[in-house]
Amino acid sequence: MHREAKLGLILLLTPFLLWLSLLIVIPHIDLLLVSLRERVGVGQYEISLGNYLTFFTEPLYIVTFLRTAVMSIFATILTLLIGFPVAYYIAKMAKGRTQSALFLLCLVPFWVSELVRTFGWMILLRETGIISNLLQSVGLASGPVEMLYNDAAIMVGLVYTSMLFMVVPLITTLESLSDEVVEAGYDLGGSGFSVLREIIIPHAMPGIVSGSIVVFMLCLGNYLTPTMLGGKESLWFTELIYSQFIVRFNWELGAAFGFLLLILSSVIVWGMLRLTGQSLEKTMG
Amino acid sequence: MTPDLQCTNLTKKFGETTAVDNVSFSVPAGSFFSILGPSGCGKTTIMRMIAGFLEPSSGDIQIKGKSVLNVPPNKRHVNMVFQHLALFPMMNIADNIGYGLRRNGMHKKDIGFKVDEALERIGLPGIGHRRVDELSGGQKQRIAIARCMVLEPDVLLLDEPLGALDLKLREHMKVELKTLQAAFDTTFVYITHDQSEALVMSDNIAVMNAGRFEQVGSAQDLYYRPDTAFVAGFVGDSNRWSGKVIKQDGDNTLVQTTSGLTLRGATQGRSLSQGDTIDAFVRPEAIRIAHKAEDLASFDNQISGTVTSILFNGAASRVMVRDTDGHEEVAVNLPQSGEFANLTKGAPVHIGWASDQANCFSAGAS
Repeated sequence: MHREAKLGLILLLTPFLLWLSLLIVIPHIDLLLVSLRERVGVGQYEISLGNYLTFFTEPLYIVTFLRTAVMSIFATILTLLIGFPVAYYIAKMAKGRTQSALFLLCLVPFWVSELVRTFGWMILLRETGIISNLLQSVGLASGPVEMLYNDAAIMVGLVYTSMLFMVVPLITTLESLSDEVVEAGYDLGGSGFSVLREIIIPHAMPGIVSGSIVVFMLCLGNYLTPTMLGGKESLWFTELIYSQFIVRFNWELGAAFGFLLLILSSVIVWGMLRLTGQSLEKTMG
Repeated sequence: MTPDLQCTNLTKKFGETTAVDNVSFSVPAGSFFSILGPSGCGKTTIMRMIAGFLEPSSGDIQIKGKSVLNVPPNKRHVNMVFQHLALFPMMNIADNIGYGLRRNGMHKKDIGFKVDEALERIGLPGIGHRRVDELSGGQKQRIAIARCMVLEPDVLLLDEPLGALDLKLREHMKVELKTLQAAFDTTFVYITHDQSEALVMSDNIAVMNAGRFEQVGSAQDLYYRPDTAFVAGFVGDSNRWSGKVIKQDGDNTLVQTTSGLTLRGATQGRSLSQGDTIDAFVRPEAIRIAHKAEDLASFDNQISGTVTSILFNGAASRVMVRDTDGHEEVAVNLPQSGEFANLTKGAPVHIGWASDQANCFSAGAS
């Protein structure tokens, strides 16, 4: 019996371990090794930190790096601010069929691919797009208005793409908040704001943190949205990695950039957890 | 003296259905008032209207003589102990109790002092730093009451707070709630579907059915002198028979039940006449059981029969007796003084009760 249970465990874990080791652990080890070597001649390499040094001596790389981080944090905050009321309405105010219908509406955009969704924004925002034409016909603008290829367009795209990943964990945690507790907050003299601050937000904290982590990671690692909505000059760090690997064939520097991005996201998530007094176990469990 | 709480012609309609139908009552200061009724009778709706979570369709609610109809829940001097207590799990005990005081803008030092005093009062000193889920059911109960009482409300509402507790603890908390009410000297309004909770704790009880108050009175009033058939059937246990009046003489009624049993009952002042269909209620503990018919000479209802079953339940044991002609089965309380210890199924017994213990109500009038 004991041996059978052990065999079952191994069989169940095998696909997961294969996935983890083949697709995550092994490529990362290889990437680390690649990032730590420097080409000194044809087919000749030696170990050095040169790639990382290149990053720190070139201001464009650092600026792009920091810009990506700040924009991602900002997109996460914006997604949270928009997503929280939506999630609260779906979880606590809507009842029965309305609730499932609203939830489905949040999900619908994810039935088409990210590429098509981003094209949707381009159709709306471009110079000859719908909004531009509308403004001209109403008379608010004299000529075509270009709304693509700026930071606001990137931000809109990022928030739109990540909304579901914020709303779902928020709905799950808010649904577990009993109406009685909220009513008790009012009954004992709390105003709407203090009930939100002292009862609803502390209760939703695990959802807020896990939603924020997911959204932040998605933004930081997003390639499609910043490139399409921000244009060639959008200066997103993933673009730098892409160009090192694909355009410049400089795998060594690309690998170093990839590792720096990994370190950056880990540090920021760790910092956010510390700042909000949450632990990863509490958030995920 | 103005009553702490007065409701006048209170009505609440949800669309077509009327949940609370023209209810009026007043609760004197410092008393324990219960609303007792089956689930769905509208008692929670009344409670939520008093707390301010629901707007009445018509009627008035006055607290200490002032109408609170347009006052939001957080501004009413009424606090509520919720059915599942609704302690704030994200705060420790001291913060839970101090929540309302913080909202009132009290000084931090005074809050600490008040919280300690409240914990002392409910017999749980020094647990302020603990988390809510570390407490037992009974302790949580007391914290929930203390959390309201520190605010010194004019009226404390309790919405079936004992429902989630196990039987032993519930019995204990009944006594404790009554003691706490006396200690805080605050008006309690308690709603429950459990009659024993209402009977044990209350100064006054309103029995509610289908949105209306059937009767308001002391526990003894409801138990011994029910006004309506619903109250007679809902409060305490009863043998209930339907029948027809065959002779009416003042307060005394001669009744023949649908199964053919003839019994003498009393109308307690309600008017009944010959031929009326009625419901008669006799409490099992009002019926005397005897081995010999002579022992029952003083009762004007006497039936001989055999024991059909014995329902042993300690002090509340019953026997079911079927009369010799086989008309009816009567539940009778079994005295625990030892003389019926050897009673077995099929044994012949005699039972009897006084006619004024058989309450007759006109059927259909409910």
